[in-house]
Amino acid sequence: MSNMNMPSWGLWLMALGLGVFVTMLVISVKRHRGVHRSLFAWPYSLWMIIFTVVPLFLIAYYAFTDAQGNFTLNNFYSFWDSNFEMKKQLSDMGFDLAEMGLNERGTVNVDTLIYSLWMAFKCTIICMLLGYPAALFMADRDFKLGSTLVVLFIIPMWMNFLLRTIAWMTLLEDNGIINNLLVSLGLGRVRLMYNSDAVLLGMVYNYLPFMVFPIYNSIDKQPRMYSEAAMDLGANSVRTFTKVTLPLSLPGIVSGITMVFMPSVTTFFIPRVLGGGNTEMFGDLIERTFLTADNWNVGSALALIMMLLMLLSISLLRRVDPKGEGGSLL
Amino acid sequence: MTKFLKRSYLVAVLLFLYLPIIVLIVQSFNGGVSRSKWEGFSFRWYRELVQDPTIMKALWITVSIAALAAFFATLLGTLAAIGINAMRKGPQAGMMTVTNIPMTMPDIVTGISLMLLFIFTQVDRGYFTMLLAHITFDTPYVLLSVLPKLKEMSRFTYEAALDLGATPGYALRHVLLPAVRPGIITGALMSFTLSLDDFTVSYFTTSPLVQNLSTLIYSETRKGVKPTMNALSALMFVILLVLLLAINYRSEKAENK
Amino acid sequence: MTEVKDMKKIVAVVLSLLVVMALVPQTLANGVVNVYNWEDYISEDALKLFEEETGITVNYMRFTTNEDMMVQVRTSPGAFDVVFPSDYCIEKLISEDLLEELDYSKIPNAKHMSEWVMNPDFDPNSKHSIAYMWGTVGILYDKTKVNGPIDSWEVLFTDEYKGEIFMLDSIRDAFAVALKYLGYSLNSKNPKELNEAAKLLIDQKKQGIVKAYQVDETKDKMVAGEGVLAVVYSGDAQYSINLNDNLAYSIPKEGSNVWVDSLVIPKSSQNKENAYKFIDFLCRPDVAQMNCEYIEYSSPNAAAIELMGEEYINNPNLNPPQETIDNCEYFHDLKDFLSIYNTLWAQVKNAK
Repeated sequence: MSNMNMPSWGLWLMALGLGVFVTMLVISVKRHRGVHRSLFAWPYSLWMIIFTVVPLFLIAYYAFTDAQGNFTLNNFYSFWDSNFEMKKQLSDMGFDLAEMGLNERGTVNVDTLIYSLWMAFKCTIICMLLGYPAALFMADRDFKLGSTLVVLFIIPMWMNFLLRTIAWMTLLEDNGIINNLLVSLGLGRVRLMYNSDAVLLGMVYNYLPFMVFPIYNSIDKQPRMYSEAAMDLGANSVRTFTKVTLPLSLPGIVSGITMVFMPSVTTFFIPRVLGGGNTEMFGDLIERTFLTADNWNVGSALALIMMLLMLLSISLLRRVDPKGEGGSLL
Repeated sequence: MTKFLKRSYLVAVLLFLYLPIIVLIVQSFNGGVSRSKWEGFSFRWYRELVQDPTIMKALWITVSIAALAAFFATLLGTLAAIGINAMRKGPQAGMMTVTNIPMTMPDIVTGISLMLLFIFTQVDRGYFTMLLAHITFDTPYVLLSVLPKLKEMSRFTYEAALDLGATPGYALRHVLLPAVRPGIITGALMSFTLSLDDFTVSYFTTSPLVQNLSTLIYSETRKGVKPTMNALSALMFVILLVLLLAINYRSEKAENK
Repeated sequence: MTEVKDMKKIVAVVLSLLVVMALVPQTLANGVVNVYNWEDYISEDALKLFEEETGITVNYMRFTTNEDMMVQVRTSPGAFDVVFPSDYCIEKLISEDLLEELDYSKIPNAKHMSEWVMNPDFDPNSKHSIAYMWGTVGILYDKTKVNGPIDSWEVLFTDEYKGEIFMLDSIRDAFAVALKYLGYSLNSKNPKELNEAAKLLIDQKKQGIVKAYQVDETKDKMVAGEGVLAVVYSGDAQYSINLNDNLAYSIPKEGSNVWVDSLVIPKSSQNKENAYKFIDFLCRPDVAQMNCEYIEYSSPNAAAIELMGEEYINNPNLNPPQETIDNCEYFHDLKDFLSIYNTLWAQVKNAK
């Protein structure tokens, strides 16, 4: 790959272009009346092309080439059969795969993906069950505390995510705070960590606020008169909730699902700390393929598959919430 | 009664969110090194914190990158929002799709794709590349918090100002920007927060030489994070808490007036 | 409105300060040396002493596994001046032509090194590397919680200590344990042997024998009593034993891995003179002693060993008897075969 690298001035040139563009834009805005405002979006477009679109093409390039830079689809086949490259290499060396007991399909990548999707699904459901009532109660106007409560939900996110996860380890260890408490109460020790339940806990902990905000927004936005009208027309509070508040908060729910499900599929670090490295999620897999196994081609294919999956689920969710009303976080 | 139940539920959820943070803060006053044993109250780690050049450097890198990234992202994102708002339906939809790509892209893919870009263009990874990466993932958030505010105001306000003789620059400063200021502030704050807490993207776009707090903590987790790190986060946490509550209190007071 | 203007001024001042500070190069009068070392693998006092004596600023960076380090060395050329790879990685880095040939006239303190480390088979005549520390891999165990002596890898593969075992989250080390237990070489390039080892590790995991896969976390967890058995490097074992009397270290009778971590200078280094100064400094007996006493591994520096005296020399954890060492193997670069290990390791990590 080194033979096709661009010299470092390539990026500088692009940056310079961007700078000149912005300057010219500012000057023309100052001097003339007639500059169309849509030009204001151009620096951003350029930025996105350099730092989002081009890098994505690079990933696609590595995903569709082999180590020598020739076009191949084998990296995607490696996703299906994680032993593919090994089997090819061994049979090239003249080993008899059947005799070695090595000719089975390697299910590592597919299994990890399924496991990650399953974990993300569970995490999303739990976040929704925990988060919806919280958002509902926060929006309750009897409290007059709405905005302060929002702040209270944001604050934990200001503490470094890695440190918060490590703090959970301190709580959950065999000799951790919770277990010491249980022992001093005369109850036995429980294995709370080193399994996927602990990973799930860490994920729910980390993503819960992302479920609460959009739902809170969509409920808080509803004019109070809607539910009042329903009440006046004789609906009880349960019926008011199921017929008015809940349907109107649907965009918030969709947005919350997007913001929890997507990132939780690629969670990494949490499985290592709370799961004791016993389970791997797709994020860990991509990282290990890139940085430990040093296989950029298969790693890129995995990343690309991840991307496509995300885009697919986004477009599915868009059907439920076509206007993207629940779109913004705050 | 229901009110009591609702409140207890909220308190329970908040307790869940704050539990590890309380643990961290308590640990930062622990005299010993052990994570789970209490060895007496002490300010030891706060003293050591000030004398730890690695942590102080990482803190500096984290905060300066968060501030610079938030600034540039706010500039870029606000301009983009104004531009996109003035576009016709077709291009607007196109721009929104492009904006949504990085928003939905998993952090790890963002990080890796940028790493590939920097390696490909032979730019040495470090402070500068980390800053570029942070601006990249911050900007869409600014855009998406400013754009709704623009959509809320009448399309004709700006043109009316021009018809009344305002220059575009004047109209921009005195008509458009004040109307969207809350959106800009939200966007800037969010950018700052996101940058401050980012680990994944930074991990892939910097070299081991330039470490922010997250990557430093990550490299330390394997041997056990130093208690000085707890002291630092407790300190940062309290400062941010006071700051945020003060801002909130002020804005609530302003609203009540 | 004035408030807003003030705000703007403040923002402008802060930002321009930030930009200036970010752009100011951090080089001092005598330059820098960029050191890339293992996590927790040098005495901070030694670093300070070096800076005081030479006026050279040390930029200290850390890695956790050899594999991570190699990726960084390849993808960030010019970023490192002194790196601390292990034996088989040195072999690999040499084969990729990434290492500078050492000029021993610039390392006068090299004369203090023990003779046996100056001609290792991964780097004939120590042309590219000079040893920093050496050690073994073995089992760290809690004397109060084991039944019977721990002298074989077998304890890791039976369910006697189910759920109480820490394994190393490092490809070569994990396979070395399994291969040695099965009676094979830990540099095996026989797919059948490797498959057998992988099956053994998968089985071990499926039965729930392993509590966690980790590297540097293990020592603190063992001190805290989180596990009964752990596969560790000898120095980590010594560190834990010093903090908890109940712990002991054993090199299993089937043999194990003996390794050497050495100092090398990448060809792409930008500060070669300072790199030599740093290496020479680390070879100085008093500094070698300082580091050895801090990180508790075995020193290859004969003069330093003499300085440390009887207690160190007679510690079997750090200085195992010669026949134990003879029973152990160095790792060698597996070349293309490493990807086979990678693939099989992925299967182990994925087993449920």
